[in-house]
Amino acid sequence: MKALRRFAEHLVEGLLALSGSVTSLAILLIVIFLFKEASGLFGSPAIEKGYVLCVHSTNSTDVLNPYQIKRIFDSETANWNELGGKDMEISLFRFDDIFSLYSDEELGEDYSLLPEKLGETISQNPAILAFIPEKYAPAENPSVKILKIPEISFSDIFGGKEWFPTATPAPQFGILPLIAGTLWVSLFAILIALPLGMGVAIYLSELSNERTRKILKPTIELLAGIPSVVYGFFGLAVLVPLIQRTLNLPVGETAFAGSLILAIMALPTIITVAEDAMRNTPKAMREASLALGATHWQTIYRVVVPYAASGITAAVVLGTGRAVGETMAVLMVTGNAAVMPHSLFEPVRTIPATIAAELGEAPGGGVHYQALFVLGCVLFVITMAVSISAEIISKRNRGKQA
Amino acid sequence: MSKKTSQKIAFFIFRLLGLLVVGILVWILGFIVYNGIGVISWEFLTSAPSEGMTSGGIFPAIVGTLCLVAGSIVFAFPLGVMSGIYMNEYAGNGKLVRFIRIMTNNLGGIPSIVFGLFGMALFVNAFKFGDSIIAGSLTLGLLILPLIIRTTEEALKAIPDSFRTGSLALGATRLQTVARIILPMAFPNIVTGLILSIGRVSGETAPILFTVAAYFLPKLPTGIFDQVMALPYHLYVIATSGTDIEASRPVAYGSALTLIAIVLLMNMLAGILRKCFGKKIK
Amino acid sequence: MIETQDVNFYYGDFHALKNISIKMETNTVTALIGPSGCGTSTFLRLFNRMNDLIDNARISGKCLIDGQDIYHKSVQVDELRKKVGMVFQKPNPFPKSVFENVAYGLRVNGAGNKSYISQCVEESLRCAALWDEVRDKLKKSAFELSGGQQQRLCIARALAISPSILLMDEPASALDPISTSKIEELIHELKKNYTIVIVTHNMQQAARVSDKTGFFMLGELIEYNDTKKIFINPDREQTQNYITGRFG
Repeated sequence: MKALRRFAEHLVEGLLALSGSVTSLAILLIVIFLFKEASGLFGSPAIEKGYVLCVHSTNSTDVLNPYQIKRIFDSETANWNELGGKDMEISLFRFDDIFSLYSDEELGEDYSLLPEKLGETISQNPAILAFIPEKYAPAENPSVKILKIPEISFSDIFGGKEWFPTATPAPQFGILPLIAGTLWVSLFAILIALPLGMGVAIYLSELSNERTRKILKPTIELLAGIPSVVYGFFGLAVLVPLIQRTLNLPVGETAFAGSLILAIMALPTIITVAEDAMRNTPKAMREASLALGATHWQTIYRVVVPYAASGITAAVVLGTGRAVGETMAVLMVTGNAAVMPHSLFEPVRTIPATIAAELGEAPGGGVHYQALFVLGCVLFVITMAVSISAEIISKRNRGKQA
Repeated sequence: MSKKTSQKIAFFIFRLLGLLVVGILVWILGFIVYNGIGVISWEFLTSAPSEGMTSGGIFPAIVGTLCLVAGSIVFAFPLGVMSGIYMNEYAGNGKLVRFIRIMTNNLGGIPSIVFGLFGMALFVNAFKFGDSIIAGSLTLGLLILPLIIRTTEEALKAIPDSFRTGSLALGATRLQTVARIILPMAFPNIVTGLILSIGRVSGETAPILFTVAAYFLPKLPTGIFDQVMALPYHLYVIATSGTDIEASRPVAYGSALTLIAIVLLMNMLAGILRKCFGKKIK
Repeated sequence: MIETQDVNFYYGDFHALKNISIKMETNTVTALIGPSGCGTSTFLRLFNRMNDLIDNARISGKCLIDGQDIYHKSVQVDELRKKVGMVFQKPNPFPKSVFENVAYGLRVNGAGNKSYISQCVEESLRCAALWDEVRDKLKKSAFELSGGQQQRLCIARALAISPSILLMDEPASALDPISTSKIEELIHELKKNYTIVIVTHNMQQAARVSDKTGFFMLGELIEYNDTKKIFINPDREQTQNYITGRFG
């Protein structure tokens, strides 16, 4: 009986210890699954699976990178000499074009003659660039050269300036515009929220009486509790038209709208953390300053704010982390144009918004899907860095107080 | 400029900023309440959307959100409380515990969209749950786990050690002490965490986008492997990509108001509970 | 009988108890006195292994109760604590009813029989001289009792699991003089059935309630002798100085 009870207790205690590790386990799983799905992208062929690019054997080009391919098919690169080849106009040949050149009978039963005809077509045109299925590629034809298909590389992704995951034949996964968009929107959000939040924090911790504090603090907590989709809806219904009208813009969905909404959302974090830091300033320091004839305001900005500096930094870092990861509100008000941002008053697209907007349409396991997981990894790494630096900053803070 | 004047100006600005923050809240809430209150009716809350979601009610979305709340709480609450108990009552203060604590904090800092991605990769695809209540609930459960652990730890910390020593000195084991003395005392505060997480779960959109939420599904779920509509996702859909965005605006206002009402009610309830219990323990 | 042999105790680097050897007879009251921080409470907590709860604590030497080493691997701590009851400095009743407070120790030790429990509770409350005051309030919260009543409730709670030893860590320091004298009377009564070790900073109290007294200073047991001898004619000068109030 007693032994049974002890055994049961050990069992429960083991369970407790196990559940203690659940958060670490969750993070581990997140890392594994995120990176596993994302890693598939590196080394995937840069053009659609099962297809190849062929040129005439006299063409000196051996390899094209994804960006070059995309520019060619967008007709932005029109001459082989732009790619270091001879001076001749690139003549694009898509697989479907073969059906306008030859009838079904000429292609034979089950398209058995298709490779041959493709070979003929290509060998007749030294300027051709043909995009055809691998299984019909005329590999034996001596005047046909099959281009090496580059793999999507680290630099294509992290150095690429175009995000166009649905482009054919070569989807573009350059995440620079998305990172820039994210930082752009978050940075301005913090620039707006920081002075505001600091002001309110100073007001709360130094100036307000107990009664005002009792009203203001829960108010700010309410702000923190409103779901982000409601902020987004508010931004869409109120801020966006307002910005469009007052600034006379073609569209109101801009980086600025995103920054405004994010600023409002980051306010509660900044205010509460900064206020806590300021309240922790020892009374003795304040009194020493006041006793030397400093005014209350001088004491605040010469003693209290410097003392709370690391706490305020932690507040900013945490606020930035929130802003970087915020999805729905930003998705709803920034207009989602995946281009490098040039001004605050243009549409931009952030990393979380991209994931939210595109994952639904990306076929599972495909390169687009994997690319979105790469974005997830980037986001994960950024926010982990933010959490850890906030941890370090606030730890230093505690060390100072001890 | 004298010291006094600059102080006056600075303080005036700070007062103004304080007012501004209240103003913003009033603006947001006022806007939604003003536009939404006329839409809310018993019928709106209890009927399905109709005519391409431009009219009708939001009943399936409310039911879906309730399912997700229940599902995630069932999963995360016991786990979170147990984890909190382990951290506060058993683990001491070693390196391992510090690591776990940092990990818990970090988990709390991960953006909700990353939870969505993860939930999709693990629960929807790897576990083959498909888009379902269970996949969504597990994802949301992970999201609120840090919140529950933190509030549980805080609640346990607030119990003076004399109760622990008193119980141990009577020959009670650690587990008996926790189960019979500490947990009952800390329970109201732990429930605060529970209520806060209900508010959080009801409002989250990003994690359910790819794990459970249905664009339009007037049928109510019959099991945990069914898809459901959810209030926040519904609001997102009718605000941005409905069949007729202008025509469905009233429904959007009504949904937003319902959502805010649920979330803020939960937060206030938690606040009140904390205040009452805080007084009692002193 | 309680006995320690060359006991040393450390909190991390801090050497809290130094080579303590002492013998305490069954059914006696032993008072441990000394300036605060001298190690009396730490020493007291050795006997029910309450010090186990502290991180980085270490013990060397032997600590015997009825000839058995209580720090031996085979000893179940909760069984030991059942045998060695403890009363704390501040009354610490649980947030339960008066009855449930006393019944708690019985319940966690596996008692389920209702009439047995209520009989035990009544007996313990009688022993703690509290029964007459609370017989009508058994269902009330323990927090509604006065401080002195709460402390006697804690004593009753400790008695309910019928220990043979009772450790008291300044049991009257948080109480008013009337409650204090009630506790002291109680100690006299309890002596018949229990071995009592009491830590106190109140010299008169030590003189009034104890048979033997140990004087501690800076972690060392300076002198251990009959209470009468310690208070009238101590062997050591330090003891003399402390008792006459020259320091501490």
